[in-house]
Amino acid sequence: MDLKDLYQQLILDHGKNPRNLGKFENFNKDAKGHNPLCGDKVHVYLKLDENKKISDIKFEGEGCAISMASASIMTELMKNKEEPEVKELIDDFLKMIKDSPELSSKIISEDEKTKLMSLSGVKKYPMRVKCATLPWHTLVSAMTDKPGEVNTEKED
Amino acid sequence: MNIKDIKKEFPIFDNKVHNNDLVYLDSANSSQKPKVVVDRIYDFYTKEFSNVGRSVHYLAVAATNLYENTRVLVQKYINAKDPNEIVFTKGATEAINLVANTFGQKYLKEGDEILITELEHHSNYVPWHYLRKSKGVKINFADVDENGDISIESIEKKITPKTKILAITHLSNVTGAILPIKEIIQLAHSKNIPVLVDGCQGAPHLKLDMQDLDCDFYAISCHKMYGPTGLGVLYAKKKWLEELPPYQGGGGMIGEVKKEGITFGDLPNKYEAGTMATAQVIAFGESINFINKLGIEKIEEHERELTKYGEEILRKNNSVKLIGSPKNKGSVLSFTLDGVHPHDIATILDEDGVAIRAGHHCCQILHEKLGLAATARASLGVYNTKDDLDQLNSSINKCIKIFNS
Repeated sequence: MDLKDLYQQLILDHGKNPRNLGKFENFNKDAKGHNPLCGDKVHVYLKLDENKKISDIKFEGEGCAISMASASIMTELMKNKEEPEVKELIDDFLKMIKDSPELSSKIISEDEKTKLMSLSGVKKYPMRVKCATLPWHTLVSAMTDKPGEVNTEKED
Repeated sequence: MNIKDIKKEFPIFDNKVHNNDLVYLDSANSSQKPKVVVDRIYDFYTKEFSNVGRSVHYLAVAATNLYENTRVLVQKYINAKDPNEIVFTKGATEAINLVANTFGQKYLKEGDEILITELEHHSNYVPWHYLRKSKGVKINFADVDENGDISIESIEKKITPKTKILAITHLSNVTGAILPIKEIIQLAHSKNIPVLVDGCQGAPHLKLDMQDLDCDFYAISCHKMYGPTGLGVLYAKKKWLEELPPYQGGGGMIGEVKKEGITFGDLPNKYEAGTMATAQVIAFGESINFINKLGIEKIEEHERELTKYGEEILRKNNSVKLIGSPKNKGSVLSFTLDGVHPHDIATILDEDGVAIRAGHHCCQILHEKLGLAATARASLGVYNTKDDLDQLNSSINKCIKIFNS
């Protein structure tokens, strides 16, 4: 275990100063995520345009550095991505967090991959994986108009 | 008390956590177990096991005697009048559910009110909540003040002619407030309101005297008292146990069972349906012996001193904000750190072998009132030392360093 892997500079920076924090007027999809046992909350807002592209995405939330950094990095990467790309990125991220050593997606640049891989430190902290995955499952919910709150504490 | 020697009685401290000595500061959640308790479970299963109260063979009689012996130990520990006022349950949660359920069934009707406080653990709120739907009762909350305390006045303010029962914590698991429950009980009784005390944090740390307190019900969690999990105690005045209906039906709690009807057994069997947590009850006797050997007054004194020391060093640390400064404080140190979420604190402390709890500690009503989603909490037990608190402080400084780098 190494705390330096978990709390990398990039994570601390995004955790303290999350990008895309807030809400915007003309969103057309949104979903809430809440892990009641630990209290992390996230609300993802996005605008999916007529070409099925995310033209804007923001989030509101409160929680630990990991959940906030994850939401921040996620929203940065998802802006201007089309629906199939969004799906591919989510799957790729969740696979990486669970068991895959690397990201396989070709949609994002090497720099973007490095940024996303900064969240891979949680793999050694099973109790914290749910913090990193909460925004991503919430995004799935928003994209698919799934009713109800997302909770990643129930996952196995 | 020589704490180093006491620590040696707890085998868990022989282990390393992430290559560090274990600094266990989560006793309000659950305490560690001394070897005598663990051994007692092993010995019972390997040398003395049988079900209790059913058969007449040698082992059954011996097991029944051992089981009933713990009941007497508990009775003496809390100075109850009669061993039949001690009911074993699967936990303090079940003890409170037992009272809420049976008392609600027999005495509550639509429009009646139950008074609890904003300090309560979910286990002293949720069991009462069910009565909102089933009986149409209202739940009122006595206000917690800015120190994390509940005053007698705040209780008095919320008592109405419709208040039928008061359920209140003895010692807050978040702010550490030790409530003036004797005076609160006197106040409630002067208005004919029975009182249930949630003693989960009280019983392991404070000297108890049921006859002096005069409470109607007192719930105890055995695993917080250096005892096994899966076990709780409900103390209830005999008249309540006689008046209230049984909670669960099954073997062992009956008198006569016929097709036309059933009569129920005498106390305490009436409330102990089915095969109970026999090994845990017998081992819990050793927990009480362990506490008695050290002396609860000595434990109280040791923990009071440590709490004071912990408060002092954490107050000196400018980044730490302590939650709650009640008049009379038990061994709970809840805090927040500027710019570091409690879950990040807990993860970073864990790396140093420092075990604390982060979250709402099953007190969402209180956290909402405090305007906090979560807090970090260090809580003490008999095995803790000033060194443990120094390690806590230095690991907290490590959090600050990581987050400000």
